[in-house]
Amino acid sequence: MKLKTLILAGTALAFTGSSALATDLTLVSWGGAYQSSQKNAYTDPYTAENPGITVIWDESSAEAVAKLRAMNEAGNVTWDLVDVVASDAIRLCDEGLAMEIDADVDLAAAPDGTPASEDFGDLLVSECFIPQIVYSTTFGYRSDIDEWGGKEPTEICDVFDLETFPGKRSLEKRPINNMEWALLCDGVPKEEVYNVLETEEGQDQAFKKLDTIKDNVVWWSAGAETPQLLADKEVVIGSTYNGRLFALIEEQKQPVKMLWDAQVFDLDGWIIPTGLPEDRLAEVKKLVKYATDTQRLADQAKYISYGPARKSSAPLVGQHASLGIDMAPHMPTDPNNAKNTFLYNYEWWADYRDDIDAKFQAWLAQ
Amino acid sequence: MSDTTDGQVLTTQDGKPLKAALRRALRREKLRAFLLIAPLLIFVLVTFVAPIVDMLFRSVENGIVADTLPNTVIELSKWDPASGEVPDEVVFAALYNDMVVAVDQKTHTRLGSRLNYEQSGISSLFRKTGRRIKRMDEDGPFKDQFIGADKKWGDVATWQVLQQFSPRYTDGYFLNAFDAKRGPDGIEMKPDDQQIYMFLFGRTLFLSIVITLSCLLLGYPIAFLLAALPLRTSNLLMILVLLPFWTSLLVRTSAWKVLLQQQGVINDFLVWTRLIDDAGRLVMINNQTGTIIAMTHILLPFMILPLYSVMKTISPSYVRAAKSLGANDWTAFWRVYFPQSVPGIGAGAVLVFILSIGYYITPELVGGTSGIFISNRIAYHISSSLNWGLAASLGTLLLVAVLVLFVVYDKIVGIDNVKLG
Amino acid sequence: MANIRGAAVKYDSVQKSYDGESLVVKNLNLDIPPGEFLTMLGPSGSGKTTCLMMLAGFEPATHGEIYLNDRPINNVPPHKRGIGMVFQNYALFPHMSVAENLAFPLQVRNVSKAEQAEKVQRALDMVELGAFGNRRPAQLSGGQQQRVAVARALVFDPELVLMDEPLGALDKQLREQMQYEIKHIHENLGVTVVYVTHDQTEALTMSDRVAVFNDGVIQQLSTPDDLYEDPQNSFVAQFIGENNKLSGKVVGIDGEECLVELDDGTQLKADKVNVSAVGDRTTLSLRPERVEFDTNDSMDNLVNGRIEELIYLGDHIRVRMNVAGNDEFIVKVRNRGERRKLHVGETVQVGWAFNDCKALDAVA
Repeated sequence: MKLKTLILAGTALAFTGSSALATDLTLVSWGGAYQSSQKNAYTDPYTAENPGITVIWDESSAEAVAKLRAMNEAGNVTWDLVDVVASDAIRLCDEGLAMEIDADVDLAAAPDGTPASEDFGDLLVSECFIPQIVYSTTFGYRSDIDEWGGKEPTEICDVFDLETFPGKRSLEKRPINNMEWALLCDGVPKEEVYNVLETEEGQDQAFKKLDTIKDNVVWWSAGAETPQLLADKEVVIGSTYNGRLFALIEEQKQPVKMLWDAQVFDLDGWIIPTGLPEDRLAEVKKLVKYATDTQRLADQAKYISYGPARKSSAPLVGQHASLGIDMAPHMPTDPNNAKNTFLYNYEWWADYRDDIDAKFQAWLAQ
Repeated sequence: MSDTTDGQVLTTQDGKPLKAALRRALRREKLRAFLLIAPLLIFVLVTFVAPIVDMLFRSVENGIVADTLPNTVIELSKWDPASGEVPDEVVFAALYNDMVVAVDQKTHTRLGSRLNYEQSGISSLFRKTGRRIKRMDEDGPFKDQFIGADKKWGDVATWQVLQQFSPRYTDGYFLNAFDAKRGPDGIEMKPDDQQIYMFLFGRTLFLSIVITLSCLLLGYPIAFLLAALPLRTSNLLMILVLLPFWTSLLVRTSAWKVLLQQQGVINDFLVWTRLIDDAGRLVMINNQTGTIIAMTHILLPFMILPLYSVMKTISPSYVRAAKSLGANDWTAFWRVYFPQSVPGIGAGAVLVFILSIGYYITPELVGGTSGIFISNRIAYHISSSLNWGLAASLGTLLLVAVLVLFVVYDKIVGIDNVKLG
Repeated sequence: MANIRGAAVKYDSVQKSYDGESLVVKNLNLDIPPGEFLTMLGPSGSGKTTCLMMLAGFEPATHGEIYLNDRPINNVPPHKRGIGMVFQNYALFPHMSVAENLAFPLQVRNVSKAEQAEKVQRALDMVELGAFGNRRPAQLSGGQQQRVAVARALVFDPELVLMDEPLGALDKQLREQMQYEIKHIHENLGVTVVYVTHDQTEALTMSDRVAVFNDGVIQQLSTPDDLYEDPQNSFVAQFIGENNKLSGKVVGIDGEECLVELDDGTQLKADKVNVSAVGDRTTLSLRPERVEFDTNDSMDNLVNGRIEELIYLGDHIRVRMNVAGNDEFIVKVRNRGERRKLHVGETVQVGWAFNDCKALDAVA
């Protein structure tokens, strides 16, 4: 991937040196399988149709917020289109670093004419955010643990049940999702979770619940850690992004199964940095319109098990490009998987993230 | 050395005072020397001094409130926060005028993010108010309209925060870095469950010292051996010492995971040799042990290299002399060799210590919860929470801690007692 | 300190090899009586330093035994041998003051503080550095450092002191002065001194006996005057002092005297030192100052030679001549007022007594 980027960058440089016709667009993404799926589904067909466009990938999405702010302060934004999770998009929008868009103008309508704002619906969580996929943070567990006596976890609260399912768990080293799951398993109704979490008592309640498994938790900070820990048998059950677990189960054939219960939906999408010059902005908008149309979003699911963000794309999801299996049952949005889901409350976390994160880190350090 | 002989001023051949001529000659030389180092000086200023000054500035800078809500800040300064009542209509009117401009320039959400560091909820307060501002009746009265838009405007605490952070410069970030805050009765410590930075500073210093000592413990004998061996052999072994530099940091850290985890190579071996049983596998990673082992490995060359280059200059005849004078091996080492290697220890220890207190990738990957450093929080505030002011004040504290340690080192060992070769 | 008696040293069939392939020291046998000043003299790589290091205990002997006062010391570690040593670059501990350096051997011997102070002061006075105790070695001149090194090697009253080229780093004038001082200290204390140098002047000035080393073997062990007057082989003759070489063949032997025919046919009488039979190849060794221009017929050897070069040296004149085909033949003429005028290009007769001309082993 990197080498390709380099070569692309090299040729791009050579081109700009010789002719002014070519346009380089710098796209920022996460690298790995996800970036490949974007390249295969969006940019390869687009550059094939538009030979004047060269796409340069930058694998900086993990630090995109900080880097964009630094670039903005330095007055030199070199990125054209940035892939970020929804919460980062909200932050960037608040900071004035991402451009507001008008969904019905800037995004393509569905094939049947449904306007984009309706086709994306609730997933347009911020004025600046152009959704691409729905992914979920959910659990995978090993199916070959003898101590469990043939039982397998079926619901989220089994994660907190050390007696029936002994062994180490892996959880993300941040409060988001973990706090919600803890409250759900401590008897708080789903719709009350954020109201409870808003209070000191509610936060203490969540920490108390997490305390019951704290000694048996390995905390992860990169999405690749849980699949590795599961593969190494270091943990018996762990949370991560559903696409990572798909790769572990279907591609690496590890004895691991999905626990879809109380999966937390999250969104990933594009933002356009503010302050792009007119001509570049026009090119970026053209690419975005193409890359987020119904067919392109459906195509992406051929390469990775994340659900397209458009309602109109769902029926078009086909088979995996190399494994040849039906992708629909592996989508977090598949009805069988989505029996009990949890919606990430972006607005709420934007308010409480700083405060609860400080408490969470203090709790971890105790 | 006087320029006068019998009260007479010495002059050059053409009658100019010797002193002035000398000064002129030296000035030219100085200017040439300065021009020679100027590129480096500029480079250092731009890439080193400027960022540090910028960091120091950011840790107290707080112009955003006064810039975004200029009128509100002026009106609000007359409000008494102890009154227990929200400000009057004048302040709300000023807020309305300021918000209209801010929403037009899309700076209101930015201010919301800034103030949200101080009190949760302000972020959405500004976002929500921004959406409602266009629908407000521009003739007022504004107080009820604002409270109607979001009831937090009717909350004294919101205004207290706004007033407290009105000045262009704030000690708020530093208070936060010290786990303190400004309460109604002045500065007070935060509740126990929110105190973290001082604890992390302490742990960072403690672990860095442990890592420095382990590096010294492992590195000293190796450097000693390298210095004692013939040059050809020692050069070959030096390649082994430097080998880790040729491997990516992430690869090395991941390798430690493979070795140290509970289903890892070392535990497997111990179980196989029956030194431990399967249930009693050692936890050597995702805790302090993991951080210490992995960081000692990564920083070891920085200890060995200065030690080696200092030891190389210690002639073997000193130890021989000591032995010929009647000292046994240990006395000869301890009284004669060791004191001469102290400058190398000083240099190595300072290098390793300073590198380790700033490390965050390795602790993040292998440190679990008990092995993470203050730098991990700084990195978090830089890249995730965007609370750069807090990150800057934590960085400033770290810088001060290092300087204090330097002074202590100078008092105990002497700063001139540091030698890289 | 004046009543110390020196120790006796004995090397018995000592061999040393570093690589197992070649011997650095080949079968060394050497007896050093108590109180002697013995110098090991030789070019670098001759094995002299190795011999000293084996005695000090820093290099183990590959074969053979070394005795100190009749006690075998091969298995005694260096610090228990009680031998004082002065190193080439003094090896004064840079982190200690002069007084601390001197007190070091006393401290490790658990000498009481009071006695330490007394002995240190006495040793400093001995080398005339009484006021320098608080200085660091780096603050002293080369000569002063040298004296401190000597004082440190003596302060714990060893019976044997080893010196490894101790004057090598000093300039000529200082070196000569130190030679006398070391010699006087040796005479006053009566310790045994084993001294290693490659400087023949130093060896001749200071030593009771000199062992000339070459190629891992003692070539000759004698008093300085014997070494100069009666070299036993060509190497020694060549290494000690100046020397004219004439190579030829033995054609006749008559008791202590032999007749040698040089390669150009000249026949010379020589002292039979290192030849055994008629027909042997030999190198004649002749000191330049023994050759006379004022010849008379009673001289054993008379030869004609052409003057090639004259070098005026004040107290004497060096005359380079071509004698019997050898144009590097040097004659030293004492500068007497009434000296005969010599001219380059002139052919003159020179002569010498047969016992000034030694018939030694042939060199290639």
